Amino acid sequence: MEFSAQNLACRRGDAVVLSEVTFAVSQGEALILRGPNGSGKTTLLRCLAGLTPAVSGSLSFSPDDVAYAAHADGLKAQLTVAETLRFWAQVFGTRRIEAALDAFDLRGLMERRTQTLSAGQKRRLSLARLILTGRTLWALDEPTVSLDTSAVAQFAAAVRTHLAGGGAAIIATHIDLGLRDAATLDIGQFRATQSVAHDPFLDEALS
Amino acid sequence: MIALLRRDLALAIRAGGGFGLGLAFFLILCILVPFGVGPDSGTLAKIAPGILWVGALLACLLSLDRIFQLDFEDGTLDLLATAPLPLEAVATTKALAHWITTGLPLTLAAAPLGQLLNLPAAAMPALVLGLALGTPALSVIGTFGAALTVGLKRGGLLISLLVLPLYMPTLLFGADAARRGAEGLETTTPLLLMTGISAASLALLPFATAAALRMNLR
Repeated sequence: MEFSAQNLACRRGDAVVLSEVTFAVSQGEALILRGPNGSGKTTLLRCLAGLTPAVSGSLSFSPDDVAYAAHADGLKAQLTVAETLRFWAQVFGTRRIEAALDAFDLRGLMERRTQTLSAGQKRRLSLARLILTGRTLWALDEPTVSLDTSAVAQFAAAVRTHLAGGGAAIIATHIDLGLRDAATLDIGQFRATQSVAHDPFLDEALS
Repeated sequence: MIALLRRDLALAIRAGGGFGLGLAFFLILCILVPFGVGPDSGTLAKIAPGILWVGALLACLLSLDRIFQLDFEDGTLDLLATAPLPLEAVATTKALAHWITTGLPLTLAAAPLGQLLNLPAAAMPALVLGLALGTPALSVIGTFGAALTVGLKRGGLLISLLVLPLYMPTLLFGADAARRGAEGLETTTPLLLMTGISAASLALLPFATAAALRMNLR
């Protein structure tokens, strides 16, 4: 299966940020998004995950194929690591959290509340959630923020395992993850020139 | 859905979760009113149904802005929106969790607090039954208000303004049922009307809540 976008235009708030975005990722491949701050990497990933509907253009996959990981970790301070992972496992209809625990070396932290974790440990927990989703396309927004070198290596290994298992990944990052034959897409070239003036709520209500 | 409900209840009970905030407010209000009104038991008995219902309503209002705001701020809401669970189910679950942590304790506490306000024993069944049937509507309507204001910093005031008019019918019928009970009249009609409001909001509002969440997440 191939995950592709054709002439996609994405909006952030009222403004169209990206237009004519075209790319294709096959199973087993990774696509690295590059571009300066504010160029629309987050906007594109949110669009792929179905959080903001595309203004125009088409996607060859449904948002249900996408596991999205945002800047924010989405963790609850009062829950333990094991509770967090079990919750997401149940939401995504699986029971096994062992693979996720092992991939990000979280076994020693299982009974710790997330409020006592360091920023890097929280990040690892947040990324471990991806393995539980069982979805094919990972859409990751700056996944390596606050990770140390060994954790980055763990993360890269997890991505490679995912790709080897027939998955695909679209990753916005500025560091080299050491993913061989990963394609790179420069987002800067898709910057939209005109912006929408109409009301997005009315658009949807009237269409 | 069950996983989300269990998580929400666990979060509410643990430190900083805000469980008991509404209940404590209700308790304080009902204890302070007799001091404010004075010791005349006739006056107290007369205003007790109104005080209890207004107290329950305000106590519900107090915890509304927590329903989605915390999940929105730490990014959980984005992740829930991309999960296989439809947002309508998330909305229903959130309302149910809010009712269990607010409406249910209020209903249970109303009878002893009614005693404190010298509410006639004849009004007790109508009061407790009315709260049990009416507070689900308060939670469901409140969840809708919370979804509308989720992107706003400190949207608490706006929630109150949006939601209070929608709370009016429940308050009117609820307090009326309790008052009729106290006077020994038939209470079926206001209770049935209130149940109708609860059933209608439970059936319709989760869809509006989900639409409001989708708007606010983009």
